Amino acid sequence: MKSVILSATARFLLPILFMFSLFLLVRGHNLPGGGFVGGLVAAAAFVLYAIAHDVEEARRLLRANTISLLGVGLLVALGSGLLSLVYGESFMTGLWYRHHVPVLGKLGTPVVFDIGVYMVVLGATLTVLFTLLED
Amino acid sequence: MTGLLTAVLSGFVLALVAPWVHRLAPRRSGWLLASLPFVLTVYFVSYVGPLAHGDTFRTAFAWVPFLGINLTFLLDGLSLLFCLLITGIGTLVVIYSGGYLAGHPQLGRFYAYILMFMASMLGVVLSDNAIALFVFWELTSLSSFFLIGFYHEREESRVAALQALLVTGLGGLALMAGLLLMGRIYGSLELTQMMAQGGGPLQSSPLFLPILFLVLAGAFTKSAQFPFHIWLPNAMEAPAPVSTYLHAATMVKAGIYLMARVNPLFLGSEAWFWMLVGAGTVTMLLGAYLAMVQSDLKRMLAYSTVSALGTLTLLLGMGTTRAAEAAMAYLLVHGLYKGTLFLTAGAVDHGTGTRDVNELGGLRQAMPITALAAGLAALSMAGIPPFFGFIGKEAIYVAALGSPTAQGLVTAAALIANLLFVAIGLMVGIRPFFGALRETPHPPHEGSVDLWVGPLILGTLGLIAGLAPGVLGHDFVLRAASAVLGRTVETHLSLWHGWNTAVALSLVTFAAGLTVFAIREPLGRIMGAVARALGPVGPARGYFHLLDGTLGLARAVTRVFQSGYLNRYLLFVLFTTVGLAGYTLFFRAGFAWPKEILGVRFYEAGLVAVMLVAALAAVRSRNRLATVIALGVVGYGVGLIFLFFGAPDLAMTQILVETLTVILFVLVFFRMPKFVVLSRSAGMRFLDASIALASGGLMTALVLTAVKVQWKPSIASYFSENSLSLAKGHNIVNVILVDFRGFDTLGEITVLSVAGVGVYGLLKLRARKGEAP
Repeated sequence: MKSVILSATARFLLPILFMFSLFLLVRGHNLPGGGFVGGLVAAAAFVLYAIAHDVEEARRLLRANTISLLGVGLLVALGSGLLSLVYGESFMTGLWYRHHVPVLGKLGTPVVFDIGVYMVVLGATLTVLFTLLED
Repeated sequence: MTGLLTAVLSGFVLALVAPWVHRLAPRRSGWLLASLPFVLTVYFVSYVGPLAHGDTFRTAFAWVPFLGINLTFLLDGLSLLFCLLITGIGTLVVIYSGGYLAGHPQLGRFYAYILMFMASMLGVVLSDNAIALFVFWELTSLSSFFLIGFYHEREESRVAALQALLVTGLGGLALMAGLLLMGRIYGSLELTQMMAQGGGPLQSSPLFLPILFLVLAGAFTKSAQFPFHIWLPNAMEAPAPVSTYLHAATMVKAGIYLMARVNPLFLGSEAWFWMLVGAGTVTMLLGAYLAMVQSDLKRMLAYSTVSALGTLTLLLGMGTTRAAEAAMAYLLVHGLYKGTLFLTAGAVDHGTGTRDVNELGGLRQAMPITALAAGLAALSMAGIPPFFGFIGKEAIYVAALGSPTAQGLVTAAALIANLLFVAIGLMVGIRPFFGALRETPHPPHEGSVDLWVGPLILGTLGLIAGLAPGVLGHDFVLRAASAVLGRTVETHLSLWHGWNTAVALSLVTFAAGLTVFAIREPLGRIMGAVARALGPVGPARGYFHLLDGTLGLARAVTRVFQSGYLNRYLLFVLFTTVGLAGYTLFFRAGFAWPKEILGVRFYEAGLVAVMLVAALAAVRSRNRLATVIALGVVGYGVGLIFLFFGAPDLAMTQILVETLTVILFVLVFFRMPKFVVLSRSAGMRFLDASIALASGGLMTALVLTAVKVQWKPSIASYFSENSLSLAKGHNIVNVILVDFRGFDTLGEITVLSVAGVGVYGLLKLRARKGEAP
């Protein structure tokens, strides 16, 4: 299934969709969006690219191994919850950085948790779809 | 008083590092690691003096205080007796292991297991909290499983390990139930608190009998009482040091310990008396009988251990002062001589390559030190004066003659068991070392110092204890027996009480025992024939029937539920959901139609019509691609409905999931077999349709009801009010996901990860096996 139009479009769409997914992730705390949707959009972008070109190339562009991405995401999410234990609060109590952070606005453990969710969703979806696409 | 906690936990810590210690000093690791049990022995010996004055030591550490679960440790006479057996014999066994398993590639792991066992066992006998006791109790079962299965490449070892774990583990669960019920009656899980209230509340409770059976199920399985004795002889698959330590000296005594510990609460009840005396007597006779028909040294010792455990149970059941005293004395006697005999049996096996009594003889020349140790232990087992075994046997006779009821029966049973013990003692401890030298698989030789120092010390202790019974009598047995009865008692242990009935019985025992030893070969053949004839109805077969039956049942259930047909799985899942949720909704919660129906806008009606048509098409279609597209239409329709009702987050997610699902389906279709209509008959199609309609209808009813139900106070308003102030986010949906309900999300992404890795594993593994993926 090689289509010139599709492969050319996918080449443009991948960075745009990927940026859009990050945008969704970042604004999620205040406006529609979030790690879950962001992860799905990013996954859709890479799958589209993999269908238009091939999986090898999509994997190269992703750089990270999908299963590692999933594992690291899970650890990031878990770690964001564990941080509060250091401050003597119970597990997963939200902690916030007092000052304004550029781009993100506010930085706190729930935001980090959301980044973990994004990575897990992207990793898990791509693990399944890439594996199926490959053989 | 953190000493007791350190004493228990230090063993676990050393178990963790033991493999490294062994790697650093492989030749001396046994002696190095034995220093911990040795230090603990010295530590516990230092308590002998204070405890002899009647003091007890208690120390508490909060574990889960709001459930009443604490690491409370109590050191009294009974605990001390056990602690010294555990750490003292533990020291010698660890040293012995270094010689016995020298060069074994997994010796480091072995040390870890045996130290973990030692620590767990100390936990059992020191715990004052019922739950802590149960946890340590199960840890001993677990470490026993590892140790019995140490030669894991042998199937017999694995079967025996599993059997021991299943029997003692199930007993342990029963024990937990019993202890929890006792905790409810007494309002505390601390044993000392229960003791302070006495046996009254328990024995007048309607739950008394169930509790009694549950606690005894734990004790009887652990201490190998009939009919649960079957696991102990099979556990002889374990290396000799394990048989010595777990299956002679300590772990099998955990059940005895438990019965002794709770004895003050149950004392005086008929059921307690008859259960213990009955099971004890049967076990005592059966064990001694079966020991006679074995030819393997270790199996003979194992069955005689079963018999000794029966004797201890019997003595505890009688409930008299003399019986409690005899039980504690015999516990020590048995630990000393049986520990020695298991170690010498291991040394003989190590030195000659066989454990068959018929193949052994004349070893005293080649293995003089082992022969000496075995001889000392055998004479103690036979109950010859001035060995400690003589005092133990006299105490048993005195107790039997003073039994509250059935003196004659109990005394006769004790006499039979004891005379068989004389013969067994001679057969395992004397016979292999005397007479003509026999041909053995390899020429007999004495082992290294590691292999004889332990048995020699234990054997000699049996003699010293017999010569100076006053020391042990007053310092250990007296205090231990007092704890068993819950009141202070005087003790009468001594080598010579003057001419009395017990001495006469002892003389009869020697004479009859020597006769049995003389005619052991023809007698063994007759006894063996009877045992074989009764074998098929015995509990040993019963265990395997039960195991096979359970596995068969599991297979049958699996065949029904795990048929491999997706439609059948869906049927079960949906049927159960509709049944349970539907029942609750209509009969418990109550369902009502909404009073008013909000106006439906024309585009909403249009969208619903499109979705209905698509759903019908999905059902009717015989083409997979068409079905998926039709389902996709329904999914996007749901997404649009979310959007209409102001849930952009949900809509976005729904549409993305729908897109990826369609891609997933298309990818999967490549590898699916030809489309087959599974529900061909009209009946099947009717069933499918009714389940589908019922689950759809249930969801509708649930949603309609959920709209009407007003939770007080509404959680939704809490979320909307606190989203910004507490969680600093305007998007409530996302705040709920990552903050208020973040723990759920963590669980969900974990499931997602597992599913992803699972799919990857399934596809990749099949590809690697060379099958078409």
